Amino acid sequence: MQGGAAGLAYRGRTASIGFAHGPLVRVDAGAGGERVAGTLVEEALALRKAIDLASGQIADLAASAGGEAAQILEFQVALLEDEDLIEAIFASIGEGRPADVAWRATLDEQIAAYNSAEDEYLQARSSDLADLRDRVVHILRGDAGEPLKIPSGGVVCADDLPPSRFLEIDWSGGGGLALLHGSPTSHVAMLARARGIPMVVQLGAIPDAGATALLDGEGATLELDPSAEQVRIFEKRRESHRKSRASARAILRRPTASWRGEHVKLLINIQRVDDLDHADAQYADGIGLMRTEFLLSGRSDLPDEETQFQAYDAVLRWAGQRPVTIRTFDAGGDKPVPGFTLDGEANPFLGVRGLRLCLARPEIFAVQLCALARAAVRGNLKVMFPMVTSADELEAGRKLFAGIVQRLQVDGIAAMLPELGIMVEVPAAALAVASFKASFLSIGSNDLAQYVLACDRSNGALAPLMDPLHPAVLELIARTAEHGRRAGISVSLCGDMAGDPRCLPALLNCGLRELSVNASALAQIKQTIDRLSSGGGVG
Amino acid sequence: MLDKADGQIFTGSVRLVHAVGMHARPAVKLTKLAKKFQAQISVRVAGAPEWINAKSVAKIMAMRAAHGSTIEIKASGSDAEAAVAALVDLVASDFPDGAG
Repeated sequence: MQGGAAGLAYRGRTASIGFAHGPLVRVDAGAGGERVAGTLVEEALALRKAIDLASGQIADLAASAGGEAAQILEFQVALLEDEDLIEAIFASIGEGRPADVAWRATLDEQIAAYNSAEDEYLQARSSDLADLRDRVVHILRGDAGEPLKIPSGGVVCADDLPPSRFLEIDWSGGGGLALLHGSPTSHVAMLARARGIPMVVQLGAIPDAGATALLDGEGATLELDPSAEQVRIFEKRRESHRKSRASARAILRRPTASWRGEHVKLLINIQRVDDLDHADAQYADGIGLMRTEFLLSGRSDLPDEETQFQAYDAVLRWAGQRPVTIRTFDAGGDKPVPGFTLDGEANPFLGVRGLRLCLARPEIFAVQLCALARAAVRGNLKVMFPMVTSADELEAGRKLFAGIVQRLQVDGIAAMLPELGIMVEVPAAALAVASFKASFLSIGSNDLAQYVLACDRSNGALAPLMDPLHPAVLELIARTAEHGRRAGISVSLCGDMAGDPRCLPALLNCGLRELSVNASALAQIKQTIDRLSSGGGVG
Repeated sequence: MLDKADGQIFTGSVRLVHAVGMHARPAVKLTKLAKKFQAQISVRVAGAPEWINAKSVAKIMAMRAAHGSTIEIKASGSDAEAAVAALVDLVASDFPDGAG
């Protein structure tokens, strides 16, 4: 399969990118062996002890792994504490079944139910249950506690691998994971991505042979007992992957990106204050989009002015002299917020969302504007409104904002009206862009494309039609950029297109010179601009 | 059984706003919170024939409540009213970290 080279090559699905070249280590999920059952009382006692021991082991694993892994393992602990589930197993023991048989039968029933689910997420949870089933069975059979011995850098091959077994393996020497089944949305895949361990799933049947393996997480291939030629090609791919990452990081440290002699500003999008912790964030020319919806989620009430001010102030302090564009609440559409958004809209994407909602709920909007007015004196703040259709809406927002600034100043509180701009994401706004008295424009290409193409972006069936490079979308982007150039106001683009190297040539040709991307995409985008500028391809 | 329990029955209903529906993390949070109350608490997806024990994570997962569905809650016992209010709040606030 790979470049016509001989040897065994298998293709699966990517779960985590990266490369591993090492000994193949097979891990069997099922354990053989029988245990001799005792009396009813002894069996019940054995299961109780096994559950307690398993619970303790999982808690230890969670404590040492922390973070996401701990949350994943919490589900297993909750199952062990589920009285309905456990009582049924004890009842079965009471009817004369040995502890391990009763336990396995009940867990297998649950696993079968999850496997029959249509939802890929629920199917993936069955491996968490299998993990728990096997752990308790091992304890009951007295063969627990022997951690997997994996040679450093080994490629672990299994039917599926439960999260707790993944965590027991020492990955510090590298290595990879090749699963015959499994799923890219499984908990173990999330763990592999978080650790940077390459992982390929759904490889299908693989012969019971092979001593050495090449695993390519990007190409989703597994090669067994490779020829010298296969190894050479693999190492070349690995090297070019490593180089492109390394050079992208080196490029980040250069002061600016430029294209055909023109400076291209690269800003970052943040969802929450913590996003600034990303190692590459420091190399950004500023923050092109700070979303504020995180302030609305994960709480039962709406955030007060001080909570909001603290968040805005933290970001402005981080940015120093660099510009920070904060977008006011963009709730509604696919982002419902209890106590704020309207219920029962037949078509929420075309409903009361973004600035429309804020203007309809001035008492909530005012709290945010107060916090922003106070933050404006602390740094280089710009504020933009989302989902704007007509110039009157911008003016209504400005009037509200100006009134608040005045009131704060009368009360002796330091506040000012920041530069006000709009998101260009409604086609009407893009077509009539000259009618807005905005200080800057930011193109929200995700919504713009969805509205121009009449495609719900969450509907997978429309994916082939949902093309941001459709000439109609590019036409609106080009018109907006052209207007900015003539009117002397800055125009940026902050949608997914900006972080997609394939879209970059089109965006630069449309005349855009400001892009805002996630911090993790910054290096690659800077490098791509560099390459395009020197006449190269997208790469 | 629950309907015949002592005292008043308190009920509530709330829309599931969690993006992926009642999956592992929300289910764990819901059952953990339910277990803090003495009351017998049952939940169901609006209109479903069977009520489910809110303290059983396996059953809550098996309920397969989807994003946007309405969850009905009923409880009886000494702290039933507080239990319903707390669970409604947990679901409505999208299972915040640190809750439950």
